[in-house]
Amino acid sequence: MSSSPPSEEHQPSGPQRPTVQRTDSSPWNWVLLVPIVIPLLTPLFNHATPTLFGFPLFYWLQLAFVLLGVGCTALVYNRTKRRG
Amino acid sequence: MPQASDHVVEIVVFVLLFTLVSVMGFVAARWRRADSLDHLDEWGLGGRNFGAWITWFLLGGDLYTAYTFVAVPALVFSAGAIGFYAVPYTILIYPLAFLVLTRLWSVSYRHGYVTPADFVRGRFGSPTLALLVAITGIVATMPYIALQLVGIEAVLKVMGVHGHLPIVIAFLILALYTYNSGLRAPALIAFVKDTLIYLVIIVAVIVIPYKLGGWDAIFGGAEAALSQENPNTGQPKGSLLLNANNQLQYITLALGSALALFLYPHSLTSVLAAKNRDTIKKNMSALPAYSFLLGLIALLGYMALAAGIKPVTSDGKTDTNTIVPLLFDQMFPSWFTGVAFAAIGIGALVPAAIMSIAAANLFTRNVYKEYLRKDATPAQEARTSKITSLVVKVGAVAVILFLDPQFAIDLQLIGGVLILQTLPAVAIGVYTRWFHPWALASGLIAGLAVGIGMLYQIPNPNNGKEHFGGSAYKLSLAGFDSDKQIYVGFVAVLANLIVAALLTLILRRTGAPQLPDATRADDYTVDRTEQSPPPAASGEPAALAGD
Repeated sequence: MSSSPPSEEHQPSGPQRPTVQRTDSSPWNWVLLVPIVIPLLTPLFNHATPTLFGFPLFYWLQLAFVLLGVGCTALVYNRTKRRG
Repeated sequence: MPQASDHVVEIVVFVLLFTLVSVMGFVAARWRRADSLDHLDEWGLGGRNFGAWITWFLLGGDLYTAYTFVAVPALVFSAGAIGFYAVPYTILIYPLAFLVLTRLWSVSYRHGYVTPADFVRGRFGSPTLALLVAITGIVATMPYIALQLVGIEAVLKVMGVHGHLPIVIAFLILALYTYNSGLRAPALIAFVKDTLIYLVIIVAVIVIPYKLGGWDAIFGGAEAALSQENPNTGQPKGSLLLNANNQLQYITLALGSALALFLYPHSLTSVLAAKNRDTIKKNMSALPAYSFLLGLIALLGYMALAAGIKPVTSDGKTDTNTIVPLLFDQMFPSWFTGVAFAAIGIGALVPAAIMSIAAANLFTRNVYKEYLRKDATPAQEARTSKITSLVVKVGAVAVILFLDPQFAIDLQLIGGVLILQTLPAVAIGVYTRWFHPWALASGLIAGLAVGIGMLYQIPNPNNGKEHFGGSAYKLSLAGFDSDKQIYVGFVAVLANLIVAALLTLILRRTGAPQLPDATRADDYTVDRTEQSPPPAASGEPAALAGD
């Protein structure tokens, strides 16, 4: 039961070799909590009005949360990516 | 019952597009060609070299399956607002995955891991825990493959094509080109699948509301239809908003499903095929485009209600999965209905191929290589995976042919709860190995037991089943004085975590042995650069710090 871990000897092939970033922690990562928590707050969107283009609030606001998710992940991506 | 003779144009368009992607599936072996496919990294992960666009199509094609496109609107059609959980579910999955999956990609790239169980094996040093994770993954994935057949069947039924032969042929072709081309086949076909789906849904949300008199009329008609009494429960069928009893279910179902989706082995297969961390991070903000699409697809359920669609009934059983195909059939000219049906049919092939590859890789790496043939060469691993992928698909077809398709749906419901139990070992394991591997194994088993036990208690009044009737657990079943409902997987994973945490503390006290960790802290942030570094450079990856 104590053989070596699977394929430890196999390293990814190809001309590229890995580079190391020492850490991936960043205060910007907290922004990711926004699109995780907001779509779970049902009292926020479980209403029929105001409607938008005939959509009850429940539907148009949750579809709008898609944009919130895109915005937050894009922001964190841009703020935390390595320079150069 | 629909007749095939009334749907000749649709069938012709469907068959043409289906043939096109089949040819693409075989040609894919030559696409971005490797020296040889005799290595799991090539056959099973497409060379770990897919860029942002390919990954977008591949992950989109992988996560948003044909069954999703058929079943989510069917749920909205029959129960209303609760079915819209698919939207928050597919929003919050990406910020959750943003950090976890990039770390998992890095450590897998560094150590050549192909499956989530490979990672667990290296991280916690316990083959037993890895085997449990692998078996959970295989058992959860199998019915999901079978469900893709249910998606194709829904379309065929509406075209008046009955019997199982067409499905057997479709899966035979799928099995052959997956065997031949590996992950490159679904990656290439995903371009066609996703393009067709976007086209069909954009046309649908313009044409159908126009024909039905606008969104006001759709929501109004749906509300009227949902407020009718369900003869099986004596309650209204559903409503446009959540009620006091299903809000907790909505929240836990969305969160639990999101956590489960990225734990499925086939999701990780597509993620590990990406060429670097940036590719994954970019996709976490680009993939929600599919979530928006899924939200619109969910609303097809209301369009079907407003249009007065009656689902196909065969052998006395009503199949609500047919409502979307029926809606298209009623609203579109027949050639475009054919395109729409092909979109759903092809939409089943992409995830089915990736899932069978993922299940095959789990068997090869974590059963065959670990227990049956420790000295297997990469070529033997690749061959084992190829053959296993065939076996897996035959199994999926057999479930549909010889058992009730309802059985596949029940199993998939269980599958989501099962795969969620790998959360502590896989997703939390990416951050910490505070949990002892024996405690994680016990927690996993406890979570499985609690999940299956709760699912067993749930009846479904609509089809008279007493057990495994859904994933919404009424708190009154556990003796609480409440009609509120909660998602089973969520409770099961909490039980899992509590057991794992308590046992870890006890094992520490009793001096249980520490098992080795094959990974180092900086393995989780390692990346591949675009430009090739000097060929002479060698040594520790840390020497190439890129910041």
